Amino acid sequence: MDKEFSERLLTLIERDSRLTHEELARALNCSVSVVDECVQQLEDDQIICGYHTLINWDKVHSDAVTALVELRVTPQGRYGYNQIAEHIYQYPQVETLYLMSGAYDFLVVLREKNIKDVSLFVSENLASMEEVQGTTTYFTLIKYKENGFLFTTPKNDKRMVVTP
Amino acid sequence: MRNFLAKRVVDMPPSGIRKFFDVVSEMPDAISLGVGEPDFDTPWHIRDEAIKAIKAGKTFYTANAGLRELREAICDYTLRRIGVRYDPLSECIVSVGGSEAIDLAFRATLEPGDEVIIPQPCFVSYEPCVVMAGGTPVTISLKVTDEFRLRPEQLEAAITPKTKALFISYPNNPTGAIMEKADLEKICEVVRRHDLLVVSDEIYGELTYGGEAHVSIASLPGMKERTILINGFSKAFAMTGWRLGYALAPAEIMTQMIKLHQYEIMSAPTISQYAAIRAMTNGDHDTMTMRQSYDQRRRFLMKKLKDLDIPCFEPKGAFYIFPNISHFGMTSEEFATELLKKEKVAVVPGSAFGKCGEGFLRISYAYSMEELKEAFGRLENFINYLRENKK
Repeated sequence: MDKEFSERLLTLIERDSRLTHEELARALNCSVSVVDECVQQLEDDQIICGYHTLINWDKVHSDAVTALVELRVTPQGRYGYNQIAEHIYQYPQVETLYLMSGAYDFLVVLREKNIKDVSLFVSENLASMEEVQGTTTYFTLIKYKENGFLFTTPKNDKRMVVTP
Repeated sequence: MRNFLAKRVVDMPPSGIRKFFDVVSEMPDAISLGVGEPDFDTPWHIRDEAIKAIKAGKTFYTANAGLRELREAICDYTLRRIGVRYDPLSECIVSVGGSEAIDLAFRATLEPGDEVIIPQPCFVSYEPCVVMAGGTPVTISLKVTDEFRLRPEQLEAAITPKTKALFISYPNNPTGAIMEKADLEKICEVVRRHDLLVVSDEIYGELTYGGEAHVSIASLPGMKERTILINGFSKAFAMTGWRLGYALAPAEIMTQMIKLHQYEIMSAPTISQYAAIRAMTNGDHDTMTMRQSYDQRRRFLMKKLKDLDIPCFEPKGAFYIFPNISHFGMTSEEFATELLKKEKVAVVPGSAFGKCGEGFLRISYAYSMEELKEAFGRLENFINYLRENKK
């Protein structure tokens, strides 16, 4: 499959996963069956990993917090980082987990209903792991953009209403 | 007191767009599809260059023809995009928008009584520019059945012994029409045979859809030496407010254009020129992203018009569609006015772009998909209302 084509398709459904295959076909100037086939392939290859919804939870829970936790760990035995990662990512509170280069090892993104829940989770579930040497927790203040999408109100059209 | 006004200016009709603008301005909740400029902001990296220029105190006049570095960048870009080589020192000028370049082109070449052939529908300022330069505009009515392309026999029929120049503007505002290489070749044959000058406004040159890149008339054999090529930054790089365009032409014409520009303008805005270097050298990706976005909207609108059973040829350039609404038995101005009153959607009557635009509407798709969906929902209501009342 044409790489440029599948990238354009991915860009479109990344923005709006509810576009129908007919709409995608029109936007990409191809037949619906080409879209069907391409989407199937991308799903099979696990390039498309799901069709989730972007939710501004801050509006649902006014106390909701997102925290970034840096973890410094000592990898154990021959399993190394992956086993520690598995231990961490099984918690539903863990929204995102990265292994990092640099001053610390893991970056854990947590989303909780309030600050207390975060501190509880960090102290009881993360800091208590024997591989964990230390943690640093940061709280986010305002979320402007997530996964490429703005959470702020759309800008006004600054153009004159009719121009030649 | 004497009448101080110049008759040739007083005689000039006001732009049809202006009239409509005044009406729409009174309706703050109207959705406008009447805008002739991109909805994208100027890319940040281009804006940054302007900020840097201000901070570095690059706030003086430039050379009359524009910064040498910018002219070199323009010539490189032109060679890369349309395959025509120009000399940055003798064949290039940076102007205040494409508009100034058009004015310079006419004033540098027209003698009183010289006729300039202008195919319509077209952008509103070409005719007045020809008149102000002392020339006589001769319009050709393009046909929707030709997809608003200029046909050689139409050109031939408009030529008189006084004809000096042919003016063309493709991809076209307001129709969205393009001319492909084969169409241009036939026109060039007539142009060369009658020894005409061509002024070609290619400001929408980056915006063509369906795979075929824009072909410049200057790239065809024997044409560069008789063509004044107009382009600019407004549409390709979303830089309308920077007021920057350029012209490329044979040195003997360019010398005269630069002379006029030097007396009238001095030099184009310096800060904009620094930003424009960035656009020319690093802007291709931005243009591509915008082009893909426009194309997606264009396809969406074509489908919507088809669903609504409103005839429209498929436009392959710029960011306008030009549907035919003559079967509703209203003039395009009546249609646009009613649509605005009933559903608060503003589109521009085709008649604003020349008599032969009557019966058509110019709908701009320089709007987000959300806005287009909302506007077309309202248009659908209006069409249904018209059709029901007709029965």
